[in-house]
Amino acid sequence: MKIVVLVKHVPDAAGDRSFSGDTTTDRAAVDGRLSELDEYAVEQALQVVEKAGDGEITFLTMGPEAASEALRKALSMGGDAGVHVVDDALHGSDAIATSLVLAAAVRRLEPDVVICGMASTDGTMSVVPAMIAERLGLTGLTLASSLAIEGNTVTIRRDSDEASTTITGSLPALVSVTDQTGEARYPSFKGIMAAKKKPVETLTLADLGIDPSQVGLGAAWSAVDNIAKRPPRQAGTIVTDEGDGGVKLADFLAAGKFI
Amino acid sequence: MAEVLVIVDHVDGAVRKTTTELLTIARRLGEPAAVFFGAGVDAATETLGNYGATKIYVVDDAEIGQYLVAPKVDALVTIAQQASPAAILVTSTSEGKEIAARAAVRLDSGLITDAVDVDASGVATQSVFAASYVISSKVTHGTPIITVKPNAAAPEAAPTTPAVEKVAVSYGATSTTAQIVEVAPRAKSGRPELTEAAIVVSGGRGVGGPEGFSVVEALADSLNAAVGASRAATDAGWYPHAFQVGQTGKTVSPQLYMANGISGAIQHRAGMQTSKTIVAVNKDAEAPIFELADFGVVGDLFQIVPQLTEEVGKRKG
Ligand SMILES: Cc1cc2nc3c(=O)[nH]c(=O)nc-3n(C[C@H](O)[C@H](O)[C@H](O)COP(=O)(O)OP(=O)(O)OC[C@H]3O[C@@H](n4cnc5c(N)ncnc54)[C@H](O)[C@@H]3O)c2cc1C
Ligand SMILES: Cc1cc2nc3c(=O)[nH]c(=O)nc-3n(C[C@H](O)[C@H](O)[C@H](O)COP(=O)(O)OP(=O)(O)OC[C@H]3O[C@@H](n4cnc5c(N)ncnc54)[C@H](O)[C@@H]3O)c2cc1C
Repeated sequence: MKIVVLVKHVPDAAGDRSFSGDTTTDRAAVDGRLSELDEYAVEQALQVVEKAGDGEITFLTMGPEAASEALRKALSMGGDAGVHVVDDALHGSDAIATSLVLAAAVRRLEPDVVICGMASTDGTMSVVPAMIAERLGLTGLTLASSLAIEGNTVTIRRDSDEASTTITGSLPALVSVTDQTGEARYPSFKGIMAAKKKPVETLTLADLGIDPSQVGLGAAWSAVDNIAKRPPRQAGTIVTDEGDGGVKLADFLAAGKFI
Repeated sequence: MAEVLVIVDHVDGAVRKTTTELLTIARRLGEPAAVFFGAGVDAATETLGNYGATKIYVVDDAEIGQYLVAPKVDALVTIAQQASPAAILVTSTSEGKEIAARAAVRLDSGLITDAVDVDASGVATQSVFAASYVISSKVTHGTPIITVKPNAAAPEAAPTTPAVEKVAVSYGATSTTAQIVEVAPRAKSGRPELTEAAIVVSGGRGVGGPEGFSVVEALADSLNAAVGASRAATDAGWYPHAFQVGQTGKTVSPQLYMANGISGAIQHRAGMQTSKTIVAVNKDAEAPIFELADFGVVGDLFQIVPQLTEEVGKRKG
């Protein structure tokens, strides 16, 4: 079985994230990392291969030079190879263009299964997997809280407020997995060393047959016209409980007409 | 005036409040037309008309319930091609975002997700980077497709009698591949909907275990509030994941948010930072949640919260 896992390199959410002058994410201001939510996708791919006893996992990312760190991190957890789509023209791409490029790269790899995270931790749109399934006509099994592959059939569980739903489909399929699928493993020292020797292929837009005019900030189908930092919340009143903390809270709530 | 399509979020025809918000926003952009998937349109017509839907497109084919998401995209695209709408508005649920994503690809249109407001010129406001920035943006190509978060507008009635139109859809081979084989409905809590509630009372790791949540629930019930939880609490299995507030749970923006035994990690803040008033109870005076709190009490929640519940009961009489 051939598996492609989509991993995104993002600014660390623990840092003070901001925007550059051209309205795109400032990727220099904060250290980058493999999106934490994509670690669940990596973990599920590794488990699928471990269960099946064989299979080949390729990690795919689109992003500037530094995005190769996301591939190395994933490769230190396991898997076989990485593909990095990097091209200056991609800077500022919207979700539509991102999915166009990733779909072209996936098509080239001809996988049986594509596994994605539930959302990136920077854009947080949660749309790229559905767009890729749509573009490639793959069976779309999104937001799985559990995943099983038996032969040619993929089964997922998808949880919503109303119901827990079981969904099945045939390969080739695209699955996105939530953080409910189970903690991702930590890379072992051996894994980190091994990752350094795993092959990473670099692809440009030309390699994918995509015209640069179709991607990037200029080609985005939505435009940001204003960015403002939310003013910090006004400092409030903090009291220490001296046996009447609940009463004081009730006074505050009553003053705000919540009671 | 061009139509603005609004996908109806409903359970067996009971229309969600978020849909009445979307219809209200749609009136700023054009003439609201509702898109109704599945059974129950008769039960929904009055509400949809009351909030200004002049038309209701209905698609109630078996495929809608048999396969995941994609048949709804076939239906939406069919309607959009026929109506040439000024915009398409969808509630920011996981399913709504997925319908929007696929429709954007098929309709060659720009997409904006998680808007917290949309003005008459189609400019959408988004709250990003864990709600630390507010950005405004606009779709510049194709039919603007915008997914909108709950509480983006106060629903305003504009009664009209909608024309109900059944739409014939032909479903693509690749739209009927993800088959729904089992649906296990969840038990209802009887409390207000988490994303719609005016007051949310949440518990975190400080609640100490599943039993600890009874203290949180009692307070919530005294205030007619919804119950929320941090990921530490849902991961530990103390409270169901459906009630998780934060980056990988729900975003809430109530009038009042009460965090009990929650430290205030960035991923939790992402889901509650835009609440009007924030109150925190935490035994650690250094907990970051206090940076957000309009009122905070440093102390043991097991002392403070039951006392508050009792006090609320007394004052309500
Ligand atoms: C704050 C902010 C707001 C934005 N708003 C919009 C908007 O309204 N409309 C719009 O069109 N664009 C928007 N963008 C741009 C958009 O986020 C990027 O185009 C991005 O590449 C795709 O969206 P996402 O990161 O939200 O991915 P999601 O759809 O959340 O990603 C889901 C999964 O897809 C895979 N994936 C996504 N991107 C990559 C990648 N580069 N490489 C490998 N795998 C990937 C991963 O598995 C990931 O877990 C926004 C960006 C930011 C930072
Ligand atoms: C990718 C990613 C996504 C995430 N998504 C989410 C999300 O959606 N939602 C979310 O909540 N988290 C999320 N997290 C986890 C987040 O980082 C924190 O770990 C989590 O929010 C901590 O929960 P907590 O505040 O309940 O627990 P803790 O951080 O352990 O805090 C418990 C608090 O309780 C206080 N306390 C203990 N006992 C008492 C007592 N008796 N009385 C009063 N106070 C007491 C302590 O002082 C402490 O401040 C995510 C993390 C990642 C990496």
